[in-house]
Amino acid sequence: MDHAPSTRSPHDAAHAVELVTRPDDSRTGCPFDPPAELTRHRQEQPLRRLRFPDGHLGWLATGYSVCRAILADARLSSRKELMHNPSMDLGGMEIPPAAPGEFINMDEPQHGRYRKLLAGKFTVRRMKLLTERVEQITAEHLDAMEKAGPTVDLVTAFAQPIPAIMICELLGVPYQDRDSFQEQAAAVFSGDMEEKMAAFTAIQTYLAELVAAKRADPTDDILSDLTDSDLTDEELLGIGFLLLAAGIDTTANMLGLGAFALLSDPEQAAVLRGDPSLAGQAVEELLRYLTIAELGLRTALEDVEIGGRTIKAGETVVVSFPAANRDPEKYPEPDRLDLRRQALGHLAFGHGAHQCVAQQLARVEMSVAFPALLARFPTLRPAIPREEVPLRVNTNVYGVESLPVTWDVTGGRRVVG
Amino acid sequence: MTIFLSLSVDRDRCVGAGMCALTAPQLFDQRDADGRVVLLDPEPAPAHHAAAHQAAELCPAAAITALRTGAFDG
Ligand code: HEM
Repeated sequence: MDHAPSTRSPHDAAHAVELVTRPDDSRTGCPFDPPAELTRHRQEQPLRRLRFPDGHLGWLATGYSVCRAILADARLSSRKELMHNPSMDLGGMEIPPAAPGEFINMDEPQHGRYRKLLAGKFTVRRMKLLTERVEQITAEHLDAMEKAGPTVDLVTAFAQPIPAIMICELLGVPYQDRDSFQEQAAAVFSGDMEEKMAAFTAIQTYLAELVAAKRADPTDDILSDLTDSDLTDEELLGIGFLLLAAGIDTTANMLGLGAFALLSDPEQAAVLRGDPSLAGQAVEELLRYLTIAELGLRTALEDVEIGGRTIKAGETVVVSFPAANRDPEKYPEPDRLDLRRQALGHLAFGHGAHQCVAQQLARVEMSVAFPALLARFPTLRPAIPREEVPLRVNTNVYGVESLPVTWDVTGGRRVVG
Repeated sequence: MTIFLSLSVDRDRCVGAGMCALTAPQLFDQRDADGRVVLLDPEPAPAHHAAAHQAAELCPAAAITALRTGAFDG
């Protein structure tokens, strides 16, 4: 669809805007909404000029159909060495191409070679087989919450450990290493630059050892399975790191932010509590409404006509997943969380050849975890005022830093068997 | 008139995201080797037509084609 009251003119540059992400300082009080500015852009020009901090004049896509078209177009590259950074000026620093195995930042045919190997490990059928295991891990963490309560931080007690344990099991990280592995993995995404670098190096070293161990002595996990292919050790390390990087922070933030959204909207929480069979549908709506992945980046390999505009070769496009998923042309009353809505088709996992390869794992985790949490604690609520819940800032994955919650302990009893 | 639906998949385009197997498991499965689509029923019964169209629409790689054809009865 073409929304062009066209400003296709040299004045484009003068009208270029700068990127804003959540949380929006000008926000009306809803921490889940995309910044008002993005909504305005989508209404005015769903594909418009964006000025990057390094001076590059690129594009910002906020409309559902144009975002989907961009993500589906192979002429728009995922190679990170071609990208201009939308959040900071790298001062002309060269970005190296993707490391071996880091296929999220590759195009065909390199991307497809890795993707094929991975997609077979994350099929719907295989992931559904993990349901029971996810239920077990979830129940263990709910038990621990009950013992520790009636006030806990839901992020560290629930949202982070469940996906982290699943990743450890998929990668085949042995039990005795899990605590330190999870600690280091968490440190890669928080703390200052120096701490991040130290954790990054530690994880790389550990993964390299793990790959060697799996080659020597394969066990029942993805990493071991992958040693039975033409992949080199270096590639296996890259894949392991990518799965960790893309997998540990994402589902954890969906669980944390999703719980915050449900607890902020008791009516919707009651809908899911009352009918756990809605879980699958509710998860799609939470994915759409919250859309934690803030942006996707693509750079044109050639001139590409799309959404009534021409993206010139070399120009970088920022796709705003949250803005696209709130497009009223796709979703009526888009700013309303409605767990009974048919939300499938959202772009929370992206679209096109790079659409999240592990989305079926994330779905199983969330469809188990949200209803179990609500069922276990019928009186669960935030322990601090909603405005005080600390939100993540300046990250590619939105979420809450922590979520103190509390509940009523009936009859003074702490734990019921 | 009876509405027929002819379903086809393009395995070269398929990226194994699993949206078809998730939403229309009666029509699609995935290969364990590479996650790519397996078409279980190229001519689904009318009860599955809506699911077939939805799977085609959701596919991130546009690898599913659902072609509607009509035939006069008798
Ligand atoms: C709710 C949780 C998750 C969300 C919202 C999410 C979101 C996304 C998005 C938006 C993309 C596309 C990026 C792009 O097109 O540039 C993506 C790709 C990817 N995700 Fe996820 N993800 C989630 C969970 C996971 C998990 C649990 C893993 C690993 C175990 C994972 C691994 C990956 C990988 C490897 C890719 C790259 C796929 C490719 O390039 O073909 N993700 N994810």
